[in-house]
Amino acid sequence: MTTLPNILILLATLLTVFAVGAFNGLRQLLGAQVDLLPALMVYTALSSGPPMMISMAVVGGLSFDTLSANPLGTSVLPLLLVGFVIQLRRDLILRDQIYAQLILGLLASAVAPAISLLILLTFGQSPLLGWGSLWQWTVMSGGGAVATPMFFALFGWLNHALGYQRIIETSFRPDREIRRRRN
Amino acid sequence: MFKRPYYIAVALVALLTLLVLNLPGSTTARLKLAIGSIFLPLFGATGGIHQAAAKAGDALLPKGELIRANEALRRQNQELQVQAMRAGETARENTRLRQLVGWKAKAPWKVKLARVIARDPANWWRAVQIDRGSLDELRENLPVLTPDGLLIGRVSAVGLTSARVLLIGDPNCKVPAAILGDNAESGIITSAGLFNGSFVNLTYLANRTNIKPGQSVVTSGLSAIYPKGIPIGTVADARPVESGLYTEAQVKLAANLNALEEVWVLFP
Repeated sequence: MTTLPNILILLATLLTVFAVGAFNGLRQLLGAQVDLLPALMVYTALSSGPPMMISMAVVGGLSFDTLSANPLGTSVLPLLLVGFVIQLRRDLILRDQIYAQLILGLLASAVAPAISLLILLTFGQSPLLGWGSLWQWTVMSGGGAVATPMFFALFGWLNHALGYQRIIETSFRPDREIRRRRN
Repeated sequence: MFKRPYYIAVALVALLTLLVLNLPGSTTARLKLAIGSIFLPLFGATGGIHQAAAKAGDALLPKGELIRANEALRRQNQELQVQAMRAGETARENTRLRQLVGWKAKAPWKVKLARVIARDPANWWRAVQIDRGSLDELRENLPVLTPDGLLIGRVSAVGLTSARVLLIGDPNCKVPAAILGDNAESGIITSAGLFNGSFVNLTYLANRTNIKPGQSVVTSGLSAIYPKGIPIGTVADARPVESGLYTEAQVKLAANLNALEEVWVLFP
């Protein structure tokens, strides 16, 4: 396994957290910001091993909480849980199917914020909640669902563009060529 | 399927996360500061791009428009100079009277301009990050205003070169405020819910209060954080709550919290 895909995933994690904090067009348009980390975790869990999944959960969760008023560590556990569950069942998931990616992104993006809120409430925090949270939850889930196939496509393209290309071996070998000639 | 060491690794990380969640606030604040420094180059680059785009936009403005804007600013400057002269005279008179009565003189507040670099990525907090930190003498609980002088919140956490500002309407940002009028009633500004981004509630007002829509709401000065008289918004509606125990007014914020680009941090 090469290290390039892993480096790309960690870089994408940091850039995703930065983008979610710095760009607010969607928040102003729909009243909710889409969290892209669960979608990225779906890709990580399906394309890398457990060490990378754990690293992504830690880096993504801690950096998200750094830019947020969340207590440090709140976002790590939901990401870890999402990645863990997906990796447990990864042999049964058709990871190349867009439909499967959409559904996994939807579920991950719905579950992760719900667990984050549960952790916040458990630790005595009082986040801004109300009926509007349902709409925000819908936007976050939908946004995550759409983002997941996009992550797969983006990483597919990046790995193809930056990774080593497999040499296509033909069955032709000059030393074993049967030369036919007339006697 | 996982191998046994991976189960142990996942459990260990989960345990460590729970430990971090239980760390004291000051320690996690330092950890956040250390991790947040990763993003400083990105925020710096974004700021540079913003400035370059603004400069490019300015360069494209027609000369006629610039001359008109210059004229308008010159007129406004003259009016403000006259107002400043009157205010200066009033301040001097105020100081003299305070000395006569023997009251303690008020120290003037200083301001520092900061740029908003990010919003809280979580939907359940109302907070922004600004590009000033402890290197610029920022500390916790300093009031933050828009360039027009309208209150938007307070500094809640400070890093070396950045700080977090809790905005009005966040559950952790409560502001003592008063309604301007003949009988200035005071209460506490609290959140008005998720989708009322431009509204907040002014709670714990006395029942006998005669509140009318359109009345101005300012900080009451009944706290160590916010000085008295900073404009917050105007009353939109009022109703008795908690079975008529007290009155709650809905206040429309004067500042647009969704379009913050630059803010003033107030120093005592």
